[in-house]
Amino acid sequence: MYAFDFDRPATLDAALAALQDEDAQALGGGQTLIPTLKQRLAQPSKLVSLTAIPELSGVRADDGALTIGAATTHAAVAEQAAGSYPALACLAAQIGDPAVRNRGTIGGSLANNDPSACYPAAALASGATIVTNARQIAADDYFQGMFATALDEGEIITEVRFPLPEKAAYMKFEQPASRFALVGVFVAKYPDGVRVAVTGASEEGVFRWTEAEAALSADFSPEAIAGLSVPSDDMIGDLHGTPDYRAHLVGVMTARAVRDAV
Amino acid sequence: MTKVSMTVNGRPVSGEVEGRTLLVQFLREGLGLTGTHVGCDTSQCGACVVHVDGRAVKSCTMFAQEAEGAEVVTIEGMANADGSLSVIQQAFQDHHGLQCGFCTPGMVMSAAALLADNPHPSEAEIRAYLEGNICRCTGYHNIVKAIMAASGQDVSAIAAE
Repeated sequence: MYAFDFDRPATLDAALAALQDEDAQALGGGQTLIPTLKQRLAQPSKLVSLTAIPELSGVRADDGALTIGAATTHAAVAEQAAGSYPALACLAAQIGDPAVRNRGTIGGSLANNDPSACYPAAALASGATIVTNARQIAADDYFQGMFATALDEGEIITEVRFPLPEKAAYMKFEQPASRFALVGVFVAKYPDGVRVAVTGASEEGVFRWTEAEAALSADFSPEAIAGLSVPSDDMIGDLHGTPDYRAHLVGVMTARAVRDAV
Repeated sequence: MTKVSMTVNGRPVSGEVEGRTLLVQFLREGLGLTGTHVGCDTSQCGACVVHVDGRAVKSCTMFAQEAEGAEVVTIEGMANADGSLSVIQQAFQDHHGLQCGFCTPGMVMSAAALLADNPHPSEAEIRAYLEGNICRCTGYHNIVKAIMAASGQDVSAIAAE
């Protein structure tokens, strides 16, 4: 790692001030950023840790929504969201491995927007709101392609608000070495319709499969999407799977998510 | 350099660290606690697992300054007060849960974290919990058996293959 200054402020205001420095970088749980720094793929002048700010952590359910502080770990979401949003808790419990889940945070995952990460699928399928120090961003506007988001320089995610669905499930076809999603599909059924978000598959990052959404909104059953398929043009192709394979998996995992939705 | 203070194995410690100093570097090079191993240094293998405030974490993927004020437990803190092996450590010995031993500190720390949460795990639960701990010698069979034995479950039916 290149050398950098390290700041661990206790308040959001102090963190925002610290991030004004040129090339300062926010640090969540570090489960992606630290390996990146070790490979010298990033050279921040300063890391600003967000883990000592009490208001950024916690899970609370109110008014038909589940609100999760950005610095809440995957392990905490798995434990504390199990009653109110079991599909989301189940997703959190499948990220990485136990030690990674004890450090990695939801805010870090969403800020990084890895094209194979799990949380972006949940946020997009739930029509979640990404709340920052400055504004509220709808998930439909937030994800802007591989590793790209609507966040501005120095902007910090403070919490994420998930409207609670009637039913939902996340199905992850795991790449067993990395434990990222080769393809992951999050299906969420709301009174005004069904949303389907796919991660791991597209070169453009997480996306909504609108054709399936329309079919499932009319008939919430695996059979409703039996004849549908996504084009493989924009799918990721690598040594783990071809674009065609990933496109096929999108349909398979969507059907399984519908079957198991709770 | 910044001063960092924490409790390691019940003992208050402090030292000067850089921003980039990892927790595992502070433990090994700062405190001389070399029982915690660095295997892959890419957060895959789990040889560096320690407990921070009761949670298993990979100490190669956490900065020392993030542990400011924390309660840290390493493999050196696992033996009983009289120096005898803890139940988990003894079970690893009794059931041949190690061969070269390089991964063992992380295996024992992960096992302890699992049993603290789930005192009687099934074999499947143990294998799932050890996803982030890699052993290149044993094939995991006797590690799983040792952890089941440490949790007080009967392992006589599990073949010693």
